[in-house]
Amino acid sequence: MKILAFAEQRNGQFKKTAFEVVTAAKTIAGQLNGEVIAVVVGNNIASIAGQLGGYGVAKVLIVEDTRLELYSTTAFAKIIADVVKEEGVEIILLPASEMGKDVAPRVSVKLDAGLAAGCTALKVENGIVKATRPVYAGKGLVDVIVKTPVKLFTLRPNVFTASAPGNIEAVVERRQVNLEETDFAVSVKEIKASSGKKDVAEADIIVSGGRGLKGPEHFGMIEELAGSLGAAVGASRAVVDAGWRPHDEQVGQTGKTVSPSLYIAVGISGAVQHLAGMSSSKYIVAVNKDKDAPIFTIADYGIVGDAFEVVPAITAEVKKILGK
Amino acid sequence: MKILVFVNHVPDTETKVKVGADAKSIDPTGVNYMLSPYDEFGVEEGLKTKQQLGGEVVVVSLGGETNKETLRKALAMGCDKAVLLKDSSVRDSYSVARSLADYAKEYGADIIFCGKQSIDYDDAQVGALVAEMLGIPSVSVVVKLEIKEGSITAEREIEGGHEVVVSKLPAVICAQKGLNEPRYPSLKGIMDAKRKLIEEKIPAAVESRVEVIAMSNPPAKAQGKIVGTDASAAAELVRLLHEEAKVL
Repeated sequence: MKILAFAEQRNGQFKKTAFEVVTAAKTIAGQLNGEVIAVVVGNNIASIAGQLGGYGVAKVLIVEDTRLELYSTTAFAKIIADVVKEEGVEIILLPASEMGKDVAPRVSVKLDAGLAAGCTALKVENGIVKATRPVYAGKGLVDVIVKTPVKLFTLRPNVFTASAPGNIEAVVERRQVNLEETDFAVSVKEIKASSGKKDVAEADIIVSGGRGLKGPEHFGMIEELAGSLGAAVGASRAVVDAGWRPHDEQVGQTGKTVSPSLYIAVGISGAVQHLAGMSSSKYIVAVNKDKDAPIFTIADYGIVGDAFEVVPAITAEVKKILGK
Repeated sequence: MKILVFVNHVPDTETKVKVGADAKSIDPTGVNYMLSPYDEFGVEEGLKTKQQLGGEVVVVSLGGETNKETLRKALAMGCDKAVLLKDSSVRDSYSVARSLADYAKEYGADIIFCGKQSIDYDDAQVGALVAEMLGIPSVSVVVKLEIKEGSITAEREIEGGHEVVVSKLPAVICAQKGLNEPRYPSLKGIMDAKRKLIEEKIPAAVESRVEVIAMSNPPAKAQGKIVGTDASAAAELVRLLHEEAKVL
């Protein structure tokens, strides 16, 4: 059985999810007696493709074209579907990143394949892949199976652990996919980066602030703590709705669902919508004045105290310990 | 312009999820349902598009009789017409999308709006599925949209920035928070919506491709540790993160 892993890259660099997806593919391949193929799509990517060998991929297919420098829903969907058909792939894994979530449904229609989206676990039972995925913003979990012969799964970023890379180069094969102008019916013209700041969806550590900070001017100390940790700044819905922080920082049911190693919630009481978006974080720290705040029910470590005193003290300690 | 908006009727964000007797779905007892928040941005963008380019806005939902509440809300906001694709069976995103695509084709939509995801199953598939089924463009997670002479320029949110996407109509646009500020229904709108007829159609049965075999609640977390009650606890907290949790 062939398993295809879509290894996402941007600007000629693999995203962390690429290694997560490839490792997950390798794990289920082991249980299904299968073989993992990876596909990389872009421009000037030949030099990075071999890296995937270190994660147990025997063969990496690359599809290069100057028009693939930036993402195109329609072109990427065609390429992936063509590769699947050519190689006789039965299981396709993609990241549930903004690229993977966008392209996977289209690929599924082209291949008459079912798609289980945003999975947080894959298990093989009696030769069948069973996926677990959060629903209701993580307030529930469902186990699902895909009933079609070809099956797609997208994997939530930061949940699957990438294996430590070995020193093996994969065999890299170039694939030609005939792309017409019409295949670029939807295309990205440019990317507007948000001023080099870290994104909560990708960060390994997040420091989030809520209404307990009393005003947008007090987010400086959140930014400073985040800076000392190399973390992203997050925000509760209340402060985004109040216009204190931009929407792309919002964590929770109408913001982003995150699973960092460490989530520090400052002045966030923990409304059910917020908890839904971050409760799968590996470690949660809460700083809040109210000892009865719901955030403490899911926090691993808590400080019941005044954020204005506690946060700068944490920043100072972090700097000490990390030698910054 | 023939503007179509897909909306879903979902448990509100306050809902505490309890697993139902079938062990596969939510227990609806005591749950309040609402227009899915991202779909509300879709409705608003549909109405704004009509203001800009004229035409009509038709709102469509697939589900049971109770979905009419959500359709009435969309009518109260200003949609011209509502259609209920009446079917209460369990369907996956593919099955829902197939029926919505069938309706969109029959109607001949110039542009389709929906939320970037429905907040019940969080699948984030339906918009792109419908687009691929219809063979038309789609843009997901849209926070900005411009339509000019049949061309669209949209900004979609990605990790660490926005992609500026260009395409052409007809297309499916999946709305993200930030695209607009949904209007509140006016009193007149609410009164008018009560009088408007909601057209009912029975969609064809479409077999699901993804089957739920079990539902559960995530395991409860063990009681955490209160490290202290003032700034003097900071050193101990950082030590625990470094030595016990090993996340620093």
